[in-house]
Amino acid sequence: MAEKVKEQTPPVQMKGGGMRGGPRVIGKVGKPDKATVKRLLGYIFKDYKFHFVLVIVCILCSSLAGVAGSLFLQTLIDDYISPLIGTESPDFTPLLKVLCVMGAIYLTGMFSTFFYNRIMVTISQGVQKKIRDEMFENMQRLPIKYFDQRTHGDIMSHYTNDIDTLRQMLSQSIPQAFSSVITIVSVFIAMVTTSVYLTIFVIITIALMMLVTGKIAGRSGKYFVGQQKSIAEVNGYIEEMINGQKVVKVFCHEDATKADFDRLNDELCHNAREANISANILGPVNNNMGHMQYGLVAVLGGILAVNGVGGLTLGGIAAFLQLSKSFTMPVNQISQQINYIVMALAGAKRIFALIDEKHEDDNGYVTLVNAERNLNGEITETEKHTGMWAWKHPHEDGTTTYTELQGRVVLDMVDFGYTEEKMVLHDISIFAEPGQKIAFVGSTGAGKTTITNLINRFYDIADGKIRYDGININKIKKADLRRSLGIVLQETCLFTGTVMENIRYGNLSATDEEVYAAAKLANADDFIRRLPQGYDTMLTENGAQLSQGQRQLIAIARAAVADPPVMILDEATSSIDTRTEAIVQKGMDSLMKGRTVFVIAHRLSTVQNSDVIMVLEKGRIIERGNHEKLIAEKGKYYQLYTGMFELD
Amino acid sequence: MIKTLLSRVREFKKPSILTPICMVGEVFMEVLIPLLMASLIDNGIEGNNGQGDLNHIYLMAGLIMIACILSLLAGFGGGKFGAIASTGFARNLRKDMFHKVQEYSFENIDKFSTASLVTRLTSDITRVQDAYQMILRIAVRSPITLIFSLIMAFSINAQISLVFLAAIPILAIGLFLIMTHAHPVFERVFKRYDKLNSVVQENVSGMRVVKAFVREEHETEKFKGVSKSIYDDFCKAEKLLAFNGPLMQLCMYGGMIAISWLGAQLIVVDNALTTGELMGIMTYAMQILMSLMMLSMIFVMLTMARASMERICEVLGEESTLQNPENPVTEVKDGSIRFRKVDFAYKKGGSLALTDVDLDIKSGETIGIIGGTGSSKSTLVQLIPRLYDVTDGVVEVGGRNVKEYDIEALRNEVAMVLQKNVLFSGTIKDNLRWGNAEASDEELERVCKLACAHDFITSFPDGYDTYIEQGGTNVSGGQKQRLCIARALLKKPKILILDDSTSAVDTATDAMIRKAFREEIPDTTKLIIAQRISSVQDADRIIVIEGGKIDGMGTHEELLASNEIYKEVYYSQQKGGDDNG
Repeated sequence: MAEKVKEQTPPVQMKGGGMRGGPRVIGKVGKPDKATVKRLLGYIFKDYKFHFVLVIVCILCSSLAGVAGSLFLQTLIDDYISPLIGTESPDFTPLLKVLCVMGAIYLTGMFSTFFYNRIMVTISQGVQKKIRDEMFENMQRLPIKYFDQRTHGDIMSHYTNDIDTLRQMLSQSIPQAFSSVITIVSVFIAMVTTSVYLTIFVIITIALMMLVTGKIAGRSGKYFVGQQKSIAEVNGYIEEMINGQKVVKVFCHEDATKADFDRLNDELCHNAREANISANILGPVNNNMGHMQYGLVAVLGGILAVNGVGGLTLGGIAAFLQLSKSFTMPVNQISQQINYIVMALAGAKRIFALIDEKHEDDNGYVTLVNAERNLNGEITETEKHTGMWAWKHPHEDGTTTYTELQGRVVLDMVDFGYTEEKMVLHDISIFAEPGQKIAFVGSTGAGKTTITNLINRFYDIADGKIRYDGININKIKKADLRRSLGIVLQETCLFTGTVMENIRYGNLSATDEEVYAAAKLANADDFIRRLPQGYDTMLTENGAQLSQGQRQLIAIARAAVADPPVMILDEATSSIDTRTEAIVQKGMDSLMKGRTVFVIAHRLSTVQNSDVIMVLEKGRIIERGNHEKLIAEKGKYYQLYTGMFELD
Repeated sequence: MIKTLLSRVREFKKPSILTPICMVGEVFMEVLIPLLMASLIDNGIEGNNGQGDLNHIYLMAGLIMIACILSLLAGFGGGKFGAIASTGFARNLRKDMFHKVQEYSFENIDKFSTASLVTRLTSDITRVQDAYQMILRIAVRSPITLIFSLIMAFSINAQISLVFLAAIPILAIGLFLIMTHAHPVFERVFKRYDKLNSVVQENVSGMRVVKAFVREEHETEKFKGVSKSIYDDFCKAEKLLAFNGPLMQLCMYGGMIAISWLGAQLIVVDNALTTGELMGIMTYAMQILMSLMMLSMIFVMLTMARASMERICEVLGEESTLQNPENPVTEVKDGSIRFRKVDFAYKKGGSLALTDVDLDIKSGETIGIIGGTGSSKSTLVQLIPRLYDVTDGVVEVGGRNVKEYDIEALRNEVAMVLQKNVLFSGTIKDNLRWGNAEASDEELERVCKLACAHDFITSFPDGYDTYIEQGGTNVSGGQKQRLCIARALLKKPKILILDDSTSAVDTATDAMIRKAFREEIPDTTKLIIAQRISSVQDADRIIVIEGGKIDGMGTHEELLASNEIYKEVYYSQQKGGDDNG
């Protein structure tokens, strides 16, 4: 009977605790297209064929038991009770017999209900889990571009709202619809055999009911869509304002914020009210139309019977009345599920769109393997961890060559644009030898971060070549390429888990000692040990309990524990004070001795000791050389550098 | 708790009361209609000694029609008022919560995480809205149906109605057992759901890290683990709930058979019951069981909503730790700042973030503040616009204790550019006008030139009307900082605080901004927190702060001569932080 209750609560899609909200793209609740339905059913049939057949059989039994029950009630009085009235010694045996038969039928129905409910749980939860897992697995393979183009709230809503509507449909709407259809068909047959005329009348009134239902449902559908839109807006607004709450307070902007919120809130209230009203009145309207129909059938039947038209008996009318009641109920139930089904299909469509999204393509075939040198000094592949790595390069002629991983990175006349129309990098050429420290300097938006994003292939270049140890990076498997690059990003992202787990993220097989060593290197050991539970302190919400600088230190330790031949530091120390930075840098320098490091920084002091400093402007390298050379050139770098002393 | 929530019904009291009244009307009609139907069969179709009494049929059918229309009206009213009352209630709750959050001090805000506040304002309210509507409509309806139906059944025949007394306890005990077993599992599931969401959320926002470390499979495994545990728990809980249907059927079908048997005895042997009455009792039996089922569902919903209600009340009950004083001072005389023996701790009894700070800053001075990561630089300046209250000691602005001022007046004169700053979705103009809603376009341009933002703004195709995405993601970090500075300047404050606000701005631009400050707003007291010595070395005085204490104060030259920390920082930046440079 859960459906009954559900009908009172319109499907407001705002479940899920950890949701961050944000503006969501609410797909148009249009007509459910066939492909979506087919695909959804495919999930059920593929893994749960047997279960599903069993469910159908059980639903059939359960519905038929219900129909048998109402049919029995009509015959009970006429066939088993009335004949006994007035008899001298009434014989209750037939009644007892029929009651026993009914008991058996009921029992079958009961068990069927029980089984189909339980099996349906397995099916519906299983399908949900499968879709959920598939969605996540696919999401992991999407290119960074996908995440650039969408808000977080938008992607999150697939896991919260869309899956939620699906649950509603799978666990309730589908079995409900099945059982309703079976009931309708069997009752319809019983009705036709009783009286064709009355059946026609019932059909007409039910058509009328459907029409009214359709009108109301259409109206409510419109407002439900409006409600979803309003909810998304309110969510987005709340998220934005609460995120910026401190700014609101500093500017005494509370009243303006309240006024804006009230406007959105009132709009949501209006839409929610209208949607609820329509959903709420559907029940009483249908119920009472059913009652009215009952009365009208009685009158019509009475007239027919009294005038002897259509061979209708009085008992027949009574039976028919009961049947018509059993007929309208499932019709009502189906009509109430329509909203859910439409919404769930719209949700399913969005989910499938995510699953179908094109994966980050990877045609790389060069892989990274553990290597060692044999007696002849040749590089060979080995199972064990030797500390030496090599690129395994299979050739078309069947031979395989091994190239030692050294960290030589060459960019040759690279052009790149996030969109085809607008290039953000032009003619970038960089030669990074193993052991070199290459720095990028330039104003924000000059393209520094973009270059590093190309090296690890977050984005693919438009023109030119990037070679890694002499191999075109397009030939290297992305996973192996990235494994060979350590990176500390501008925006520090930590995961829920202990400090230990967060550092170990860089190298899942690192021992505790290796983690401590990495933390010491990043100068993070001290403050971590001073945390309440030391390395076992739980970090939540991206390490909200730490300062920006401390988060950066952990991120550096995370990259250090990976011990990569090439390291990219993108503003990795921007929030760390210069004294601490100096200590961290010393540690990094000793770690990266003989390896390649790319550094991006605003502070010139951070990059001063680099082997090569590239000065970027508007996507072009305008100056290159070491500190002394650039100072001597008296160009842009010189201006930036002296900018520090300009006011002396 | 209930009282706190109910006091928010306010203007929706009328529909809140009308809803149950309508529902009672509907129930009354619903109980009446089977009676009329029974009479239609007994006295109409089977009346007139089994010949059928058309007149009675007409009469009863007419009455049924009237009853239906009345019932329809009542149901309509109940549905409508219920919707108005519950959505209105939700609206008021949401409004009150949002407004309350606006009243929060920084200390209050720190207590709740952003995500938790958002959830409380959205999904929790929706759950309460549903529960409220449920109570107004069904919680009134079901018990009344139950009572009416019981009365009717007993009035027809008390003996046979005793069957109910047997069925009700069975149903009640069964439901109770199911609920008590399923509830804890459901509670666990919801927690797991939060975890699942947080895994997804972290992955979406940290996708670059995941990909950079090639942890896609690791994350997928993590996700599947949580996903599996949800699957297991949900299966467990819902399989328990699967007992609901059969239990209900057991009572219903069992009741039917018992009533049929007993009814037959009564009709045939005792002549104490008519067949029509038997049908009537059957109808009531259905209604009784249905309403019991409904009550059990409400019970489940309410337990689920209870957690949400508690979370909402927590927000509403949180009192702002900062209160406006009585007879507040609304005028800030000048931009002088004084700290007298100030101690500060973020938590009562917690460790001190600031200890024994004494400061004297004259109006119009430029003060630089330098210190290591976590040395409480930001904490110090946040006390000036009274974002937090001191734990001990006094902070004075313009010669008066900051606690004496009207908070708004104080903050209008003390403009602060926060370290973690935010731009809001809207045009650049919209964002700037946060500083001063009435500012003219010329005024906007002037402050943007001061903050060195004018040039890049005009380089955008839409200039000052460029739309800023949520969080300012479509402008660079340095541009964002300059817009934030311009926004603060628009307030024409007496005190301007920059909390590491030019860290992403290049040194030349940084110098230009400071030059503009010196020339254009000489009377404004300026406090500049920075990591770069170059950002502060031309200040009138520089404060070196270390571990929540003032380590030294003076001009660049003085500190260079006397302060070890300052010296160290200075040389580390001069020489590139390394000896091999």
